[in-house]
Amino acid sequence: MNPPPYEVVTRPHRENLIRFGAAHPEVLVLSADLTASCEADGFRAAWPDRFFSFGMAEQNLMGFAGGLAREGFFPYVHTFAVFICRRPFDQVAMAIAYPNLPVRLIGFLPGLTTPGGVTHQAIDDLALMRLLPNMTVLECGDATEVESVLAVAQAVPGPVYLRQLRGELPRLFPADQPMRLDHARVLASGEDVCVLSSGICTEEALRATAALRAAGLGVAHLHISTLKPFTDPQVIAAIAGARHGVITMENHSIIGGLGSAVAELMATQGSGRRLLRLGLQDCYAHGASRPYLLREYGLDALALVQAVERLTGSALGIDADTLAAVRPQTMASAEKTEDL
Amino acid sequence: MSASLTDSPATQVQRVAAAVRRRVLEHTLRHNGGYLSQACSSAELLATLYLRLLRLGPSQGPQQPRPFAGVPSATNPAACTGADYNGPRAPDLDRFIFSPVHYALVLYSVLIELGRLDAEALAQFNRDGSTMELIGAEHSPGHEVTAGSLGQALSQAGGIALARRLRGEPGRVWVFMSDGEFQEGQTWEAIAALVHHRLGNLALYIDANAQQCDGAMDDVMGIEPLAARLRAFGAEVHEVDGHDSEALTLAGAGLGSGTRPRAVIARTDPCRGIDLLRTRAPQLHYVRFRDQAEFAAYGELLARLQTADAAEVAP
Repeated sequence: MNPPPYEVVTRPHRENLIRFGAAHPEVLVLSADLTASCEADGFRAAWPDRFFSFGMAEQNLMGFAGGLAREGFFPYVHTFAVFICRRPFDQVAMAIAYPNLPVRLIGFLPGLTTPGGVTHQAIDDLALMRLLPNMTVLECGDATEVESVLAVAQAVPGPVYLRQLRGELPRLFPADQPMRLDHARVLASGEDVCVLSSGICTEEALRATAALRAAGLGVAHLHISTLKPFTDPQVIAAIAGARHGVITMENHSIIGGLGSAVAELMATQGSGRRLLRLGLQDCYAHGASRPYLLREYGLDALALVQAVERLTGSALGIDADTLAAVRPQTMASAEKTEDL
Repeated sequence: MSASLTDSPATQVQRVAAAVRRRVLEHTLRHNGGYLSQACSSAELLATLYLRLLRLGPSQGPQQPRPFAGVPSATNPAACTGADYNGPRAPDLDRFIFSPVHYALVLYSVLIELGRLDAEALAQFNRDGSTMELIGAEHSPGHEVTAGSLGQALSQAGGIALARRLRGEPGRVWVFMSDGEFQEGQTWEAIAALVHHRLGNLALYIDANAQQCDGAMDDVMGIEPLAARLRAFGAEVHEVDGHDSEALTLAGAGLGSGTRPRAVIARTDPCRGIDLLRTRAPQLHYVRFRDQAEFAAYGELLARLQTADAAEVAP
């Protein structure tokens, strides 16, 4: 992975989608009145004949996407994650997931990345999509993953839900190391604690793991970008090698997402290790800035340090000031209010 | 039995519709329950679609229905589609999308009368492990999408119609719907989208029998004035007697030449051909016989209908 400070990439999905459209004439983009907000405006300008507006009518949108996919097209549905997973859940299940059609659902504003409040914060999307048979579930954690995820999705023969990031994104991972399906990124090895993080939580976790290592702790850290399927042997090995146990860190409810996937895996493997799940503790959030919410809901670097202390049963003497010193410079620009 | 080639199209529709009612009544008796009123309301409508409006090739499905081969998935290449009973896919051929799939027995009976399915196929109806399910899904003969969650098929048909237009195919998309589905918001989202995207290659035929599970639609949740609402959305609307094959056929003439989606409201009688049902109104959605006397009365009716049919086809 890259060392901080990280390069900041502006709207990588917007540019990548245009490039992807050029290489894949069978790809269509379907939108629900959030075209620029989902960075699909570049595709609309470049390929107007392959862009279709459906307005604020997501149930119908999912049916059209299913119908187009039955005919051999590859619809890339763009809207906010909440509007893919909640309102049209039955339509996604019956018109797309059941017939195993290659529709790609691109959901924006994961979890606490938006100040838009409970209506706009997708805290249950991974859970809802993970439980649909046939559905593959992906989540991006940086600019490199945003730039490489469409190729991963397109290679899947069935439906894909993609939890996508927009705006200014750090490049945590080298541009020449693309996302791979069901393949975690091993960011660090260690035999005391295993940290499994996903999405924007990986950037937060990296600040903590640096401090934890400086405090003499052996921390294995893996970044997860495929929530389903969830069979990567690297993850199984890292869990097995963690003396004190495992911590998951996700921008989502602790029910149904990464924490649940890891719990299911650990139980199935009979690992017998302890598991702490950082994430929204079965509660809704509200509208506020991202750093404020990450602190409030225990999803920042300090929360990870505290979880490690709980798991190891020893105080590490790492406080907010220590972590502030390793805060990557890129975070400043992400604090501004996002355009809804 | 197949309609004679020498009959006029309207007579063929009449013959098929009568046979469909008979067959659905027979199976309602056999199972002590069934969607009988739906056969009464839609028999002419479905027969007209298949005999006079749809451009379909010969069935590609087996005469004896397949056993259920598992749900669609990446690991199940055996999963099959019931759409092959409506012929091959070809650019110039039409597609039929069946939305209110609790009418499955009616559709199976139509397929039998048209020779697309063996008469003995109904022995498999509602049997464990068969594709001839009570509520059809996309593996059931004549079905292309899984539409049991009502109000969803029209959007999927819209996607198919849009894809066909993108490919420049002359073949059209015909959707059979029930009027109750116009209570679902998605149906209106779909109408708006069909109009917005100018999908003049799609027609929806609505069995407007004014009945739903809880009783009369006007008591449950009214949808009228349906024609005015559809017109206000921008659809081309025809309102016809749903038992009049000529009117149903005229309403579908020339589909595909314009840019407006077409809606044909077929006003129907849910007791047509089986007057005994009228005593049950407005509880017509699913008929289950209350006692032996009622069972016997419907049994006698079936015997009379079968005798009349035998007399008609006798040389």
